[in-house]
Amino acid sequence: MKILVCISHVPDTTSKINFVENDTQFDQQGVQYVINPNDEFGLTRAMWFKEKQGASIDVINVGLAQTESTLRKCLAIGADSAVRIDAEPLDGIFVAKQIAAYVQENPYDLIIAGRESIDYNGGMVPGMIAGILGLNFVTNCTHLSIDNNKATAEREIDGGKETLSCPLPLVIGGQKGLVEESDLRIPNMRGIMQARKKPLSVLPAFEAAPDTKINTFYKPAEKEAVKLVDAKNIDELIDLLHNEANVL
Amino acid sequence: MSILVYIESSEGAIKKTGHEGTSYAKALAEKMNCKVTALTINVSDTDSLKEYGADAVLQVTNADLKHFEASVYSNIIAQAAKEVSASVVVISSSADSKYMAPLLAIELNAGYASNVTDLPSSLSPFRVKRTVFTNKAFCDTTLQTDVKLLGLSNNSFGVHKNVGEAITTSFEPVLKPSSVQVDSVEKVVGKATIADADIVVSGGRGLKGPENWGLIEELADVLGAATACSKPVSDLGWRPHSEHVGQTGKPVATNLYIAIGISGAIQHLAGINASKVKVVINNDPEAPFFKAADYGIVGDAFEVIPKLIEKLKAFKAQSA
Ligand SMILES: Cc1cc2nc3c(=O)[nH]c(=O)nc-3n(C[C@H](O)[C@H](O)[C@H](O)COP(=O)(O)OP(=O)(O)OC[C@H]3O[C@@H](n4cnc5c(N)ncnc54)[C@H](O)[C@@H]3O)c2cc1C
Ligand SMILES: Nc1ncnc2c1ncn2[C@@H]1O[C@H](COP(=O)(O)O)[C@@H](O)[C@H]1O
Repeated sequence: MKILVCISHVPDTTSKINFVENDTQFDQQGVQYVINPNDEFGLTRAMWFKEKQGASIDVINVGLAQTESTLRKCLAIGADSAVRIDAEPLDGIFVAKQIAAYVQENPYDLIIAGRESIDYNGGMVPGMIAGILGLNFVTNCTHLSIDNNKATAEREIDGGKETLSCPLPLVIGGQKGLVEESDLRIPNMRGIMQARKKPLSVLPAFEAAPDTKINTFYKPAEKEAVKLVDAKNIDELIDLLHNEANVL
Repeated sequence: MSILVYIESSEGAIKKTGHEGTSYAKALAEKMNCKVTALTINVSDTDSLKEYGADAVLQVTNADLKHFEASVYSNIIAQAAKEVSASVVVISSSADSKYMAPLLAIELNAGYASNVTDLPSSLSPFRVKRTVFTNKAFCDTTLQTDVKLLGLSNNSFGVHKNVGEAITTSFEPVLKPSSVQVDSVEKVVGKATIADADIVVSGGRGLKGPENWGLIEELADVLGAATACSKPVSDLGWRPHSEHVGQTGKPVATNLYIAIGISGAIQHLAGINASKVKVVINNDPEAPFFKAADYGIVGDAFEVIPKLIEKLKAFKAQSA
């Protein structure tokens, strides 16, 4: 089985979000970049397939040279090879077109992406890849098993879950549940050494245009100070929620 | 030129997001000077759509559409969009809508903005406000395509009464075959879900253990609220994963979010920021959550919750 894992290189969850250049660019200063958490669950599930059922794992990122440290980390965790498509990820459709064009030339049985990235967080890329290529697609995927050519997946829905099945090839948008957090792997010395020898190829961007353009970023308005209510005076809280906030 | 809004339903009943989407579409239609068509699937009573401003309803009734399947539903919406020459398609931010939206964007060649929180600030160019960095920031985005797909963030616009015609016609799309099969659906019935509820009551590690969740559930019951939890609570197995909210869990955009025994870590706050009113109950006055909340009580959850339940019951009885 050939697996492709789509890796988004994102600011770590504790990052302070600030903008520069007249609020048109994200301020990268002092920001640590990590594998998008949803993608890390996906990569770890791919490792499970590799070890238990036999599979090869390629990882792909659409980004500039700075994302290579994240791709190397994926190689150290256990991916076999990495591809970077050398382009600024302009928007969801642009990234999806790049990955779809690559997959058209290099077919895979399973394409694992994350449910959403925590930076751009559009939740667009996996569905758009599936849409462009006409492949089967399951998102919010919390479990995936593969038997011969048939995939069985669980999807989190509002208020529960559902089980779906379909033949490969398949694109998923994965999240926690694909594996548990305790199964995530920290690259060890041996992995890091091996990763240096694994191929990381850089491909030129395919011809594609974005559909959207970000003009400016802005942060939510400063909050007013919290109104504290004495624990002995719960009636006051109910009164505030009813008469002031109008939520009861 | 027209606007198509897809109306979500559950067991044949229109969801609140359907009324919110219609209200939004109507307000946008007034700016664009065009009509709003609502699309329903297996909803028999479409009357209420009129009250929120739908001018026309395309009603699909088909027993083969019992289960939501993303590629089939997105294809139906694309057919309807073509039928009414829609230049804007409005959908919600539910799990199902977010699932099918990228497929729909491809079918319609539409630029897609998810998590939209307001009406466009300008129509030409078409600029919308959406959340990014999991609710830590917003951005102003231009959609450059002829057809635009907007995923409206839940509870961001609200429902507004309008006057519409809502002339209902039945619509018979060609059903696209799909090789993705829905084998089973497990859904809690009769209980508010985090996505739909107007109020969410959420518990953190401060509640000490799963045996104490009766308090959270009782409080939620009194309020008709959904229950949620912080990440460690679901990691520890005290509560199911589906209740984990935050940056890496479910997003919460509700009217009232009550956080009990939750410290207010940045990853937690990111996921619940979009909620309108936040109440925190925590025994540590230094807990970071107090900086993000509108109302707070410094106190022991085990003393405060029972009193709150009792007072709320009295309040409900009195206002009933
Ligand atoms: C990559 C990453 C992603 C993450 N994503 C998320 C996420 O999506 N969602 C999320 O929630 N977290 C997330 N976290 C975890 C987050 O950083 C915090 O660890 C977590 O939110 C803390 O949960 P908590 O507030 O329940 O527990 P704690 O931080 O232990 O806080 C417990 C609180 O309860 C209070 N308390 C104790 N006893 C009582 C009492 N008797 N009465 C009242 N209050 C009491 C304490 O004062 C304290 O403030 C993430 C972390 C990482 C690294
Ligand atoms: N620049 C990128 N390169 C490779 N994969 C990406 C990129 N951006 C997003 N993805 C994948 O698409 C998923 C959803 O991202 P998004 O649509 O941005 O929310 C991520 O979890 C990744 O798996």
